[in-house]
Amino acid sequence: MSAPSNARFATSHEWILTGESESPVGISEHAQAELGDVVYIELPEVGRIVKAGESVAVIESVKAASDIYAPVAGEITAVNPAAAAETRLVNTDPYGAGWLFKIKPSNPAELDTLLDEAAYLAQAG
Amino acid sequence: MDDTSPISLSPLHETHLRAGARMVPFAGWNMPVQYKGITEEHLAVRRACGIFDISHMGQFRVEGPASRDWLNGLLTNNTTRLGIGQGQYTLLLNENGGVIDDLILYRTGAEAWFLVVNASKTAEDLAWMQARLLPGVTLSDESPRYAGMAIQGPESAAVYQQVAGAHMELPDRNGIAEFISLRGGTCVVCRTGYTGEDGFEFFCEAEEAPYWWNEFTEHGAVPCGLGARDTLRLEMGYPLNGNDLSPDRTPLEAGLGFFVDMDKAAFTGREALAAQKVHGLPSKLTGLRLTGKGPPLRAHYQVFSDDQPVGELCSGGISPSLGIGIAMAYLPPALATPGTALEIDIRGKRHPAETIKKPFYKKP
Repeated sequence: MSAPSNARFATSHEWILTGESESPVGISEHAQAELGDVVYIELPEVGRIVKAGESVAVIESVKAASDIYAPVAGEITAVNPAAAAETRLVNTDPYGAGWLFKIKPSNPAELDTLLDEAAYLAQAG
Repeated sequence: MDDTSPISLSPLHETHLRAGARMVPFAGWNMPVQYKGITEEHLAVRRACGIFDISHMGQFRVEGPASRDWLNGLLTNNTTRLGIGQGQYTLLLNENGGVIDDLILYRTGAEAWFLVVNASKTAEDLAWMQARLLPGVTLSDESPRYAGMAIQGPESAAVYQQVAGAHMELPDRNGIAEFISLRGGTCVVCRTGYTGEDGFEFFCEAEEAPYWWNEFTEHGAVPCGLGARDTLRLEMGYPLNGNDLSPDRTPLEAGLGFFVDMDKAAFTGREALAAQKVHGLPSKLTGLRLTGKGPPLRAHYQVFSDDQPVGELCSGGISPSLGIGIAMAYLPPALATPGTALEIDIRGKRHPAETIKKPFYKKP
């Protein structure tokens, strides 16, 4: 499964869409495959101001709990209740219906520091 | 297991890699945690048939004219109740009544026994038993010789029949049988498991392992990893040594009194258990569940009663069959009664929970 061409990646396995005022964030196809069946998602509060690299959500698979980090600084403007209710969406459609939350970046230039899919996959091994 | 210990590889290692297994370190071994997904593998065992690599587990043989009584003095269950071809769950205790290991003891002959022990405890068990050897008893560690697989689920007897039924009939529940394969190796088949389903454990010479694994999978057994093995045993409330059993807890505290014969001849740890019977148990291994939707429960989460910490989870997870978080914890006996309201702290937030009778899962 390929990511949308405007997706950018953090090395901590989150993707974020560029070119939008409120950017959806999720986890990569590689990350969902590594985690296995997602059974629980804890989402941030809307309105929270976050720093890049700050832990903002938790995804739990059967075996482990994993922190999800904000790929850029900004304000959380929305969360995806469908993913929290139907956690399998993160496994089956990580770049679509399985998005987790939206960030309004405080410094859009920060997006340029993230990786494109090819570079992300190269470093993710 | 310290970091400098070499990692052991199962004789099925290449087979797992070819099947796309995700490998993880476990008890000094590199073992598959899952193939396609823990939930799918879990349900395959509940509904049909799954196969697990258990080559990491240890196998000992004990023989000799004094073997029955020697084992009876080391283990909690009563070896004199075992006929040839029968097996029993039993425990190896320290002098304080704490658990060194839980294992299955099978009687393979008048003076011959087969023991299957936990991977993480194989060396410790062996050293403990060797230090207590008596004349008339021989003890041999056959762990390096044997590969092991557990074939589990309602269809496992049918799978066995097609693969090995011509060699040897599947033994009765808890039983053991041995045969020589067409390739000349010893095969040991035990009608036991760790999932709560019918099934059997199959030990063969390491070099024959890929052959037998392929035979079982080609006849319908779905490859399953340690992830599903853990959720299956947890749904049944079966303890995992290292999590739910420890040298500081007795089998009575762990709820395993059924496998302790206080009426037989003396055995190591008996006095401590007798004292607990008189003075009462300090704690009981208790089943818990979240009363609402919530995160999976995990080992080491703190348990609270009336805002007071009363224990921590020793095993936990989300039950694929029930869809809720389930766990076990050693709690004061007063709180162990089913239906007792408690709270479990998860990342700083208290989630309502209650104690519940084990097993968590009962066959429909």
